[in-house]
Amino acid sequence: MVEESVEEDPETDGGVRPYTVRLELVDEPGELLRALAPISDNGGNLLSIHHERGNITPRGHIPVEVDVECPPDRFDDIVEALRDAGVNVIQAGAEHYGEEINVVLIGQLVGTDLSETLSAIEDDAHAVVLDLSLAAPEGTNGTSSARVRLAIDSGRSDEALAAIRSIGEEKDLTVVEPLLGGEA
Amino acid sequence: MRLAILGAGAVGRSVAELASEYGHEVVALTDSSSAAIDDDGLDVDATLERKERQGTAGTADPEAAFETDYDVLVEATPTTLGDAEPGFSHVKRALEADRHVVLANKGPVAERYGELRTLEADSAGSIRFEATVGGAIPVLSTIEDCTPQAVTAVRGVLNGTANFILTRMAAEGLDYEHVLSEAQDLGVAEADPTFDVDGTDAALKFVILANVLSDGGFSLEDATVSGIESIPGSALDLAAEDGRTIRLIGEATREEIRVGPRLVPENGALAVTGTRNIVQIETRNAGSLASSGRGAGGPETATAVLSDVGRLPEL
Repeated sequence: MVEESVEEDPETDGGVRPYTVRLELVDEPGELLRALAPISDNGGNLLSIHHERGNITPRGHIPVEVDVECPPDRFDDIVEALRDAGVNVIQAGAEHYGEEINVVLIGQLVGTDLSETLSAIEDDAHAVVLDLSLAAPEGTNGTSSARVRLAIDSGRSDEALAAIRSIGEEKDLTVVEPLLGGEA
Repeated sequence: MRLAILGAGAVGRSVAELASEYGHEVVALTDSSSAAIDDDGLDVDATLERKERQGTAGTADPEAAFETDYDVLVEATPTTLGDAEPGFSHVKRALEADRHVVLANKGPVAERYGELRTLEADSAGSIRFEATVGGAIPVLSTIEDCTPQAVTAVRGVLNGTANFILTRMAAEGLDYEHVLSEAQDLGVAEADPTFDVDGTDAALKFVILANVLSDGGFSLEDATVSGIESIPGSALDLAAEDGRTIRLIGEATREEIRVGPRLVPENGALAVTGTRNIVQIETRNAGSLASSGRGAGGPETATAVLSDVGRLPEL
Protein backbone atom coordinates (compact mmCIF):
# COMPACT_ATOMS: atom_id res chain seq x y z
CA MET A 1 0.00 0.00 0.00
CA VAL A 2 1.41 3.37 -1.03
CA GLU A 3 -0.17 6.40 0.55
CA GLU A 4 0.36 10.05 -0.10
CA SER A 5 -1.15 12.65 2.15
CA VAL A 6 -3.19 15.40 0.62
CA GLU A 7 -2.96 18.84 2.06
CA GLU A 8 -4.58 21.08 -0.51
CA ASP A 9 -7.89 22.59 0.31
CA PRO A 10 -10.31 20.57 -1.83
CA GLU A 11 -12.08 23.75 -2.93
CA THR A 12 -9.10 25.77 -4.15
CA ASP A 13 -9.03 24.10 -7.54
CA GLY A 14 -12.69 24.52 -8.33
CA GLY A 15 -13.21 21.39 -6.27
CA VAL A 16 -11.28 18.16 -6.51
CA ARG A 17 -13.10 14.89 -6.11
CA PRO A 18 -11.99 11.40 -5.22
CA TYR A 19 -12.23 8.70 -7.88
CA THR A 20 -11.44 5.03 -7.91
CA VAL A 21 -9.89 3.46 -10.96
CA ARG A 22 -9.58 -0.29 -11.32
CA LEU A 23 -6.80 -1.50 -13.53
CA GLU A 24 -5.55 -4.86 -14.71
CA LEU A 25 -1.81 -5.16 -14.95
CA VAL A 26 0.42 -7.77 -16.53
CA ASP A 27 2.67 -9.35 -13.91
CA GLU A 28 5.94 -7.84 -15.16
CA PRO A 29 8.52 -5.62 -13.46
CA GLY A 30 7.86 -1.92 -13.91
CA GLU A 31 4.23 -2.34 -14.94
CA LEU A 32 2.81 -0.59 -11.90
CA LEU A 33 5.06 2.43 -12.26
CA ARG A 34 4.23 2.67 -15.96
CA ALA A 35 0.53 2.56 -15.19
CA LEU A 36 0.71 5.32 -12.63
CA ALA A 37 2.64 7.86 -14.70
CA PRO A 38 -0.38 8.99 -16.80
CA ILE A 39 -2.25 9.84 -13.61
CA SER A 40 0.22 12.38 -12.26
CA ASP A 41 1.07 13.59 -15.78
CA ASN A 42 -2.55 14.68 -16.14
CA GLY A 43 -2.93 16.45 -12.85
CA GLY A 44 -4.26 13.59 -10.74
CA ASN A 45 -3.22 13.27 -7.14
CA LEU A 46 -2.58 9.70 -6.09
CA LEU A 47 -4.33 8.87 -2.81
CA SER A 48 -3.77 5.17 -2.46
CA ILE A 49 -2.93 2.07 -4.40
CA HIS A 50 -4.25 -1.32 -3.57
CA HIS A 51 -2.18 -3.90 -5.38
CA GLU A 52 -3.58 -7.39 -5.03
CA ARG A 53 -0.63 -9.50 -6.05
CA GLY A 54 -2.11 -12.71 -4.70
CA ASN A 55 -5.26 -12.17 -6.70
CA ILE A 56 -5.37 -13.01 -10.39
CA THR A 57 -8.18 -11.98 -12.75
CA PRO A 58 -9.70 -14.59 -15.09
CA ARG A 59 -7.40 -13.26 -17.79
CA GLY A 60 -4.34 -13.93 -15.64
CA HIS A 61 -3.71 -10.29 -14.81
CA ILE A 62 -3.28 -8.58 -11.46
CA PRO A 63 -6.08 -6.29 -10.31
CA VAL A 64 -5.00 -2.92 -8.96
CA GLU A 65 -7.26 -0.39 -7.37
CA VAL A 66 -6.10 3.21 -7.44
CA ASP A 67 -7.73 6.07 -5.59
CA VAL A 68 -7.01 9.43 -7.11
CA GLU A 69 -8.17 12.93 -6.54
CA CYS A 70 -8.54 15.46 -9.30
CA PRO A 71 -10.83 18.18 -10.62
CA PRO A 72 -13.82 16.51 -12.27
CA ASP A 73 -12.95 17.91 -15.71
CA ARG A 74 -9.52 16.27 -15.61
CA PHE A 75 -10.74 12.79 -14.82
CA ASP A 76 -11.67 11.79 -18.36
CA ASP A 77 -8.22 12.90 -19.54
CA ILE A 78 -6.61 10.66 -16.96
CA VAL A 79 -8.61 7.63 -18.02
CA GLU A 80 -7.92 8.36 -21.66
CA ALA A 81 -4.19 8.74 -20.98
CA LEU A 82 -4.17 5.43 -19.13
CA ARG A 83 -5.82 3.70 -22.05
CA ASP A 84 -3.46 5.41 -24.51
CA ALA A 85 -0.57 4.04 -22.48
CA GLY A 86 -1.97 0.54 -23.02
CA VAL A 87 -3.21 0.11 -19.48
CA ASN A 88 -6.34 -1.99 -19.17
CA VAL A 89 -8.91 0.12 -17.28
CA ILE A 90 -11.64 -2.10 -15.88
CA GLN A 91 -13.71 0.51 -14.18
CA ALA A 92 -13.27 4.21 -13.82
CA GLY A 93 -15.04 7.02 -12.09
CA ALA A 94 -16.59 4.98 -9.38
CA GLU A 95 -16.13 7.00 -6.27
CA HIS A 96 -15.22 5.28 -3.08
CA TYR A 97 -18.38 5.12 -0.97
CA GLY A 98 -20.14 7.21 -3.56
CA GLU A 99 -23.52 5.57 -3.04
CA GLU A 100 -25.84 5.19 -0.13
CA ILE A 101 -28.30 2.39 0.30
CA ASN A 102 -30.75 1.43 2.99
CA VAL A 103 -31.57 -2.10 3.98
CA VAL A 104 -33.98 -3.33 6.62
CA LEU A 105 -33.02 -6.44 8.57
CA ILE A 106 -35.66 -8.43 10.40
CA GLY A 107 -35.30 -11.31 12.84
CA GLN A 108 -33.56 -12.21 16.08
CA LEU A 109 -31.18 -9.30 15.61
CA VAL A 110 -30.00 -9.07 19.19
CA GLY A 111 -29.82 -12.80 19.73
CA THR A 112 -27.71 -13.24 16.60
CA ASP A 113 -25.25 -10.52 17.71
CA LEU A 114 -26.18 -7.33 15.89
CA SER A 115 -22.74 -5.80 16.16
CA GLU A 116 -21.18 -8.89 14.64
CA THR A 117 -23.77 -8.73 11.82
CA LEU A 118 -22.86 -5.11 11.14
CA SER A 119 -19.13 -5.83 11.03
CA ALA A 120 -19.78 -8.74 8.69
CA ILE A 121 -21.69 -6.35 6.41
CA GLU A 122 -18.87 -3.81 6.52
CA ASP A 123 -16.30 -6.48 5.68
CA ASP A 124 -18.14 -8.63 3.15
CA ALA A 125 -20.09 -5.89 1.40
CA HIS A 126 -17.19 -3.37 1.48
CA ALA A 127 -19.55 -0.94 3.12
CA VAL A 128 -19.54 1.60 5.91
CA VAL A 129 -22.48 1.71 8.30
CA LEU A 130 -23.59 5.35 8.38
CA ASP A 131 -26.43 4.93 10.79
CA LEU A 132 -28.71 2.41 12.34
CA SER A 133 -32.23 2.57 13.63
CA LEU A 134 -33.56 -0.31 15.68
CA ALA A 135 -37.11 -1.22 16.62
CA ALA A 136 -37.67 -4.01 19.10
CA PRO A 137 -41.31 -3.77 20.14
CA GLU A 138 -41.26 -7.31 21.55
CA GLY A 139 -38.16 -6.66 23.61
CA THR A 140 -34.64 -7.72 22.74
CA ASN A 141 -35.48 -11.43 22.83
CA GLY A 142 -38.22 -11.17 20.20
CA THR A 143 -38.26 -10.27 16.54
CA SER A 144 -36.77 -6.90 15.90
CA SER A 145 -36.14 -4.77 12.84
CA ALA A 146 -33.22 -2.55 11.98
CA ARG A 147 -32.80 -0.04 9.22
CA VAL A 148 -29.18 0.28 8.25
CA ARG A 149 -27.91 3.08 6.05
CA LEU A 150 -24.75 2.09 4.26
CA ALA A 151 -22.17 3.83 2.14
CA ILE A 152 -20.86 1.65 -0.65
CA ASP A 153 -18.67 2.10 -3.68
CA SER A 154 -20.46 3.48 -6.72
CA GLY A 155 -21.46 0.79 -9.12
CA ARG A 156 -20.97 -1.98 -6.59
CA SER A 157 -24.40 -2.05 -5.02
CA ASP A 158 -25.36 -5.39 -6.58
CA GLU A 159 -22.28 -7.04 -5.10
CA ALA A 160 -22.88 -5.41 -1.74
CA LEU A 161 -26.51 -6.56 -1.66
CA ALA A 162 -25.53 -10.10 -2.62
CA ALA A 163 -23.11 -10.14 0.31
CA ILE A 164 -25.78 -8.83 2.68
CA ARG A 165 -28.23 -11.47 1.42
CA SER A 166 -25.84 -14.26 2.23
CA ILE A 167 -25.18 -12.85 5.72
CA GLY A 168 -28.95 -12.76 6.19
CA GLU A 169 -29.25 -16.38 5.14
CA GLU A 170 -26.51 -17.44 7.53
CA LYS A 171 -28.20 -15.74 10.46
CA ASP A 172 -31.76 -16.50 9.39
CA LEU A 173 -32.64 -12.81 9.02
CA THR A 174 -35.08 -11.38 6.50
CA VAL A 175 -33.31 -8.78 4.36
CA VAL A 176 -35.50 -6.13 2.76
CA GLU A 177 -33.37 -4.69 -0.02
CA PRO A 178 -33.83 -1.42 -1.80
CA LEU A 179 -35.05 -1.67 -5.35
CA LEU A 180 -32.19 -0.53 -7.55
CA GLY A 181 -32.35 0.70 -11.10
CA GLY A 182 -35.36 1.88 -13.02
CA GLU A 183 -37.47 4.79 -12.00
CA ALA A 184 -38.78 3.44 -8.73
CA MET B 1 -65.40 -15.99 -32.70
CA ARG B 2 -67.04 -18.97 -31.04
CA LEU B 3 -65.77 -19.51 -27.51
CA ALA B 4 -65.56 -22.69 -25.46
CA ILE B 5 -64.91 -21.56 -21.91
CA LEU B 6 -63.34 -24.03 -19.50
CA GLY B 7 -63.81 -23.00 -15.88
CA ALA B 8 -66.83 -21.29 -14.39
CA GLY B 9 -65.10 -19.33 -11.64
CA ALA B 10 -65.17 -15.53 -11.47
CA VAL B 11 -63.14 -15.15 -14.69
CA GLY B 12 -64.90 -17.84 -16.76
CA ARG B 13 -68.32 -16.51 -15.80
CA SER B 14 -67.35 -12.92 -16.61
CA VAL B 15 -65.95 -13.93 -19.99
CA ALA B 16 -69.27 -15.62 -20.78
CA GLU B 17 -71.19 -12.57 -19.59
CA LEU B 18 -69.18 -10.03 -21.57
CA ALA B 19 -68.55 -12.09 -24.73
CA SER B 20 -71.50 -10.76 -26.71
CA GLU B 21 -70.51 -7.17 -25.92
CA TYR B 22 -67.22 -7.90 -27.71
CA GLY B 23 -68.99 -9.56 -30.63
CA HIS B 24 -68.34 -13.17 -29.72
CA GLU B 25 -70.53 -16.19 -29.11
CA VAL B 26 -70.25 -18.79 -26.34
CA VAL B 27 -70.77 -22.41 -27.39
CA ALA B 28 -69.63 -24.11 -24.19
CA LEU B 29 -69.13 -23.26 -20.52
CA THR B 30 -67.79 -25.95 -18.23
CA ASP B 31 -67.12 -26.32 -14.53
CA SER B 32 -65.26 -29.17 -12.85
CA SER B 33 -68.18 -31.60 -13.15
CA SER B 34 -70.50 -30.44 -15.91
CA ALA B 35 -70.92 -28.41 -19.07
CA ALA B 36 -73.49 -26.28 -20.81
CA ILE B 37 -73.24 -26.86 -24.54
CA ASP B 38 -74.99 -25.28 -27.50
CA ASP B 39 -73.49 -25.13 -30.97
CA ASP B 40 -75.98 -22.41 -31.87
CA GLY B 41 -74.80 -20.20 -29.03
CA LEU B 42 -75.54 -20.59 -25.32
CA ASP B 43 -78.16 -18.63 -23.49
CA VAL B 44 -75.51 -17.19 -21.17
CA ASP B 45 -77.89 -15.59 -18.68
CA ALA B 46 -79.83 -18.83 -18.20
CA THR B 47 -76.61 -20.83 -17.85
CA LEU B 48 -75.15 -18.49 -15.24
CA GLU B 49 -78.41 -18.45 -13.35
CA ARG B 50 -78.44 -22.23 -13.29
CA LYS B 51 -74.81 -22.28 -12.12
CA GLU B 52 -75.74 -19.88 -9.32
CA ARG B 53 -78.84 -21.82 -8.27
CA GLN B 54 -77.84 -25.44 -8.74
CA GLY B 55 -74.06 -25.20 -8.59
CA THR B 56 -73.55 -26.85 -11.98
CA ALA B 57 -73.20 -25.17 -15.36
CA GLY B 58 -75.28 -27.72 -17.27
CA THR B 59 -76.07 -31.34 -17.84
CA ALA B 60 -73.44 -32.34 -20.38
CA ASP B 61 -70.06 -33.90 -19.60
CA PRO B 62 -67.20 -31.33 -19.45
CA GLU B 63 -65.49 -33.37 -22.19
CA ALA B 64 -68.27 -32.38 -24.58
CA ALA B 65 -66.84 -28.85 -24.80
CA PHE B 66 -64.05 -30.19 -27.03
CA GLU B 67 -66.62 -31.67 -29.43
CA THR B 68 -68.31 -28.34 -30.12
CA ASP B 69 -67.55 -26.23 -33.15
CA TYR B 70 -65.45 -23.67 -31.24
CA ASP B 71 -62.80 -21.30 -32.60
CA VAL B 72 -61.18 -20.32 -29.33
CA LEU B 73 -60.72 -22.34 -26.18
CA VAL B 74 -60.70 -20.08 -23.13
CA GLU B 75 -58.68 -21.86 -20.43
CA ALA B 76 -59.91 -20.37 -17.14
CA THR B 77 -59.59 -23.33 -14.79
CA PRO B 78 -57.68 -22.84 -11.51
CA THR B 79 -53.91 -22.40 -11.76
CA THR B 80 -51.95 -25.53 -10.85
CA LEU B 81 -48.21 -25.81 -10.37
CA GLY B 82 -45.71 -28.44 -11.50
CA ASP B 83 -47.19 -30.28 -14.50
CA ALA B 84 -49.91 -27.58 -14.72
CA GLU B 85 -52.59 -30.20 -15.28
CA PRO B 86 -55.35 -30.43 -16.33
CA GLY B 87 -54.88 -26.99 -17.92
CA PHE B 88 -51.92 -28.06 -20.03
CA SER B 89 -53.80 -31.00 -21.57
CA HIS B 90 -56.75 -28.76 -22.38
CA VAL B 91 -54.48 -26.40 -24.32
CA LYS B 92 -52.77 -29.32 -26.03
CA ARG B 93 -56.07 -30.80 -27.20
CA ALA B 94 -57.26 -27.51 -28.65
CA LEU B 95 -53.99 -26.79 -30.46
CA GLU B 96 -53.87 -30.32 -31.85
CA ALA B 97 -57.38 -29.72 -33.20
CA ASP B 98 -56.04 -26.51 -34.86
CA ARG B 99 -57.98 -24.13 -32.61
CA HIS B 100 -56.85 -20.98 -30.81
CA VAL B 101 -56.34 -20.89 -27.06
CA VAL B 102 -56.58 -17.91 -24.70
CA LEU B 103 -55.38 -18.60 -21.18
CA ALA B 104 -56.31 -16.99 -17.88
CA ASN B 105 -54.71 -19.98 -16.12
CA LYS B 106 -51.08 -19.15 -15.27
CA GLY B 107 -49.91 -22.73 -14.75
CA PRO B 108 -49.21 -23.88 -18.32
CA VAL B 109 -47.48 -20.64 -19.42
CA ALA B 110 -45.35 -20.41 -16.29
CA GLU B 111 -44.43 -24.07 -15.92
CA ARG B 112 -44.43 -25.49 -19.48
CA TYR B 113 -43.92 -22.53 -21.79
CA GLY B 114 -41.53 -24.24 -24.19
CA GLU B 115 -43.86 -27.20 -24.71
CA LEU B 116 -46.77 -24.87 -25.40
CA ARG B 117 -44.81 -22.98 -28.03
CA THR B 118 -43.81 -26.25 -29.70
CA LEU B 119 -47.42 -27.37 -29.82
CA GLU B 120 -48.40 -23.96 -31.19
CA ALA B 121 -45.78 -24.19 -33.93
CA ASP B 122 -47.41 -27.40 -35.20
CA SER B 123 -50.93 -25.97 -35.02
CA ALA B 124 -53.00 -23.65 -37.17
CA GLY B 125 -54.17 -22.12 -33.89
CA SER B 126 -52.21 -19.80 -31.64
CA ILE B 127 -52.04 -19.08 -27.93
CA ARG B 128 -52.43 -15.79 -26.07
CA PHE B 129 -52.34 -15.15 -22.33
CA GLU B 130 -52.65 -11.45 -21.48
CA ALA B 131 -55.00 -12.29 -18.60
CA THR B 132 -52.32 -14.30 -16.77
CA VAL B 133 -50.27 -11.19 -15.93
CA GLY B 134 -51.78 -8.18 -14.18
CA GLY B 135 -55.49 -8.77 -14.82
CA ALA B 136 -56.88 -5.80 -16.72
CA ILE B 137 -53.48 -4.09 -17.18
CA PRO B 138 -52.16 -4.45 -20.74
CA VAL B 139 -48.73 -5.89 -19.96
CA LEU B 140 -48.00 -8.57 -22.55
CA SER B 141 -49.53 -6.60 -25.40
CA THR B 142 -47.33 -3.62 -24.44
CA ILE B 143 -44.28 -5.86 -24.49
CA GLU B 144 -45.43 -7.26 -27.82
CA ASP B 145 -45.75 -3.71 -29.20
CA CYS B 146 -42.30 -2.72 -27.93
CA THR B 147 -41.05 -6.09 -29.23
CA PRO B 148 -39.69 -8.37 -26.50
CA GLN B 149 -36.10 -7.86 -27.72
CA ALA B 150 -36.25 -4.17 -26.85
CA VAL B 151 -37.43 -4.84 -23.30
CA THR B 152 -34.62 -5.28 -20.81
CA ALA B 153 -36.59 -5.87 -17.62
CA VAL B 154 -40.05 -5.83 -16.14
CA ARG B 155 -40.67 -4.99 -12.51
CA GLY B 156 -43.63 -4.17 -10.37
CA VAL B 157 -46.36 -5.14 -7.99
CA LEU B 158 -48.49 -8.02 -9.28
CA ASN B 159 -50.28 -9.23 -6.21
CA GLY B 160 -53.10 -7.10 -4.86
CA THR B 161 -53.57 -9.04 -1.63
CA ALA B 162 -49.96 -8.64 -0.50
CA ASN B 163 -50.00 -5.00 -1.54
CA PHE B 164 -53.20 -4.38 0.41
CA ILE B 165 -51.71 -5.96 3.53
CA LEU B 166 -48.49 -3.92 3.34
CA THR B 167 -50.42 -0.72 2.66
CA ARG B 168 -52.66 -1.25 5.68
CA MET B 169 -49.74 -2.22 7.91
CA ALA B 170 -47.90 0.98 7.01
CA ALA B 171 -50.96 3.21 7.33
CA GLU B 172 -52.30 1.81 10.59
CA GLY B 173 -49.14 0.63 12.29
CA LEU B 174 -50.70 -2.81 12.65
CA ASP B 175 -49.04 -6.19 12.50
CA TYR B 176 -49.24 -8.72 9.70
CA GLU B 177 -51.63 -11.19 11.37
CA HIS B 178 -54.08 -8.46 12.30
CA VAL B 179 -54.21 -6.95 8.81
CA LEU B 180 -54.44 -10.36 7.17
CA SER B 181 -57.59 -11.27 9.09
CA GLU B 182 -59.04 -7.85 8.25
CA ALA B 183 -58.28 -8.53 4.57
CA GLN B 184 -60.01 -11.90 4.83
CA ASP B 185 -63.09 -10.26 6.37
CA LEU B 186 -63.18 -7.80 3.49
CA GLY B 187 -62.83 -10.58 0.93
CA VAL B 188 -59.52 -9.12 -0.31
CA ALA B 189 -57.62 -12.16 0.92
CA GLU B 190 -58.79 -15.70 0.37
CA ALA B 191 -59.39 -18.13 3.23
CA ASP B 192 -56.07 -19.71 2.28
CA PRO B 193 -53.90 -16.74 1.27
CA THR B 194 -50.66 -18.74 1.14
CA PHE B 195 -49.79 -18.18 -2.54
CA ASP B 196 -50.53 -14.47 -2.28
CA VAL B 197 -48.45 -13.73 0.79
CA ASP B 198 -45.57 -16.15 0.19
CA GLY B 199 -44.91 -14.59 -3.22
CA THR B 200 -45.85 -17.64 -5.35
CA ASP B 201 -48.67 -15.92 -7.23
CA ALA B 202 -46.55 -12.90 -8.11
CA ALA B 203 -43.63 -15.16 -8.98
CA LEU B 204 -45.74 -17.11 -11.52
CA LYS B 205 -46.50 -13.83 -13.31
CA PHE B 206 -42.85 -12.79 -13.41
CA VAL B 207 -41.89 -16.27 -14.64
CA ILE B 208 -44.36 -15.77 -17.49
CA LEU B 209 -42.78 -12.37 -18.20
CA ALA B 210 -39.29 -13.84 -18.20
CA ASN B 211 -40.51 -16.53 -20.60
CA VAL B 212 -41.89 -13.88 -22.93
CA LEU B 213 -38.63 -11.89 -22.83
CA SER B 214 -36.43 -14.94 -23.42
CA ASP B 215 -38.86 -16.99 -25.48
CA GLY B 216 -39.03 -19.67 -22.82
CA GLY B 217 -36.65 -21.43 -20.53
CA PHE B 218 -38.06 -20.51 -17.11
CA SER B 219 -40.39 -22.17 -14.65
CA LEU B 220 -41.34 -21.41 -11.06
CA GLU B 221 -38.36 -23.29 -9.65
CA ASP B 222 -36.03 -20.79 -11.36
CA ALA B 223 -37.46 -17.89 -9.39
CA THR B 224 -35.97 -16.60 -6.14
CA VAL B 225 -39.04 -15.92 -4.05
CA SER B 226 -39.67 -14.60 -0.58
CA GLY B 227 -42.95 -13.45 0.89
CA ILE B 228 -44.21 -10.86 3.31
CA GLU B 229 -45.20 -13.13 6.23
CA SER B 230 -42.17 -12.21 8.30
CA ILE B 231 -42.46 -8.43 7.90
CA PRO B 232 -43.43 -6.83 11.22
CA GLY B 233 -45.17 -3.46 11.45
CA SER B 234 -42.00 -2.02 12.98
CA ALA B 235 -40.07 -2.66 9.75
CA LEU B 236 -42.53 -0.45 7.87
CA ASP B 237 -42.12 2.25 10.52
CA LEU B 238 -38.36 2.15 10.09
CA ALA B 239 -38.71 2.38 6.33
CA ALA B 240 -41.00 5.39 6.71
CA GLU B 241 -38.35 7.24 8.76
CA ASP B 242 -36.42 7.50 5.56
CA GLY B 243 -39.32 8.29 3.22
CA ARG B 244 -39.63 4.71 2.09
CA THR B 245 -42.05 1.88 2.38
CA ILE B 246 -42.00 -1.86 1.73
CA ARG B 247 -43.75 -3.51 -1.19
CA LEU B 248 -43.73 -7.05 -2.58
CA ILE B 249 -41.84 -6.34 -5.78
CA GLY B 250 -41.09 -8.73 -8.61
CA GLU B 251 -38.40 -8.38 -11.25
CA ALA B 252 -37.98 -10.37 -14.43
CA THR B 253 -35.05 -10.13 -16.82
CA ARG B 254 -33.55 -12.57 -19.29
CA GLU B 255 -31.18 -13.71 -16.54
CA GLU B 256 -33.31 -14.06 -13.45
CA ILE B 257 -36.62 -13.77 -11.67
CA ARG B 258 -36.84 -12.35 -8.17
CA VAL B 259 -39.84 -11.64 -6.00
CA GLY B 260 -39.54 -10.32 -2.47
CA PRO B 261 -40.22 -7.44 -0.12
CA ARG B 262 -38.26 -4.35 -1.21
CA LEU B 263 -37.74 -0.82 0.00
CA VAL B 264 -39.24 1.67 -2.43
CA PRO B 265 -39.76 5.44 -2.19
CA GLU B 266 -42.98 6.10 -0.30
CA ASN B 267 -44.30 8.42 -2.98
CA GLY B 268 -42.71 6.62 -5.92
CA ALA B 269 -44.60 5.08 -8.78
CA LEU B 270 -44.14 1.53 -7.51
CA ALA B 271 -45.65 2.24 -4.10
CA VAL B 272 -49.22 1.75 -5.28
CA THR B 273 -51.77 1.45 -2.50
CA GLY B 274 -54.47 -1.06 -1.68
CA THR B 275 -55.12 -3.88 -4.12
CA ARG B 276 -53.81 -1.90 -7.09
CA ASN B 277 -51.11 -3.41 -9.29
CA ILE B 278 -48.38 -1.70 -11.30
CA VAL B 279 -46.00 -2.87 -13.97
CA GLN B 280 -42.91 -1.03 -15.11
CA ILE B 281 -41.36 -2.06 -18.39
CA GLU B 282 -37.74 -1.05 -18.93
CA THR B 283 -37.02 -0.62 -22.61
CA ARG B 284 -33.79 -0.11 -24.48
CA ASN B 285 -34.95 2.77 -26.62
CA ALA B 286 -37.97 4.22 -24.91
CA GLY B 287 -36.99 4.39 -21.24
CA SER B 288 -39.35 3.17 -18.62
CA LEU B 289 -43.06 2.64 -19.27
CA ALA B 290 -45.52 2.07 -16.46
CA SER B 291 -49.12 1.05 -16.31
CA SER B 292 -51.19 0.58 -13.26
CA GLY B 293 -54.65 -0.75 -12.62
CA ARG B 294 -56.69 -3.60 -11.28
CA GLY B 295 -54.68 -6.77 -11.31
CA ALA B 296 -57.46 -9.19 -10.45
CA GLY B 297 -61.22 -9.61 -10.45
CA GLY B 298 -63.68 -11.37 -12.73
CA PRO B 299 -64.75 -8.63 -15.17
CA GLU B 300 -61.27 -7.01 -15.13
CA THR B 301 -59.51 -10.24 -16.07
CA ALA B 302 -62.27 -11.13 -18.55
CA THR B 303 -61.54 -7.93 -20.50
CA ALA B 304 -57.95 -9.11 -20.96
CA VAL B 305 -59.21 -12.49 -22.20
CA LEU B 306 -61.61 -10.85 -24.65
CA SER B 307 -58.97 -8.41 -25.92
CA ASP B 308 -56.80 -11.43 -26.66
CA VAL B 309 -59.67 -13.09 -28.53
CA GLY B 310 -59.97 -9.93 -30.60
CA ARG B 311 -56.29 -10.10 -31.55
CA LEU B 312 -56.53 -13.64 -32.92
CA PRO B 313 -56.59 -14.19 -36.68
CA GLU B 314 -59.55 -15.95 -38.26
CA LEU B 315 -58.95 -19.68 -38.53
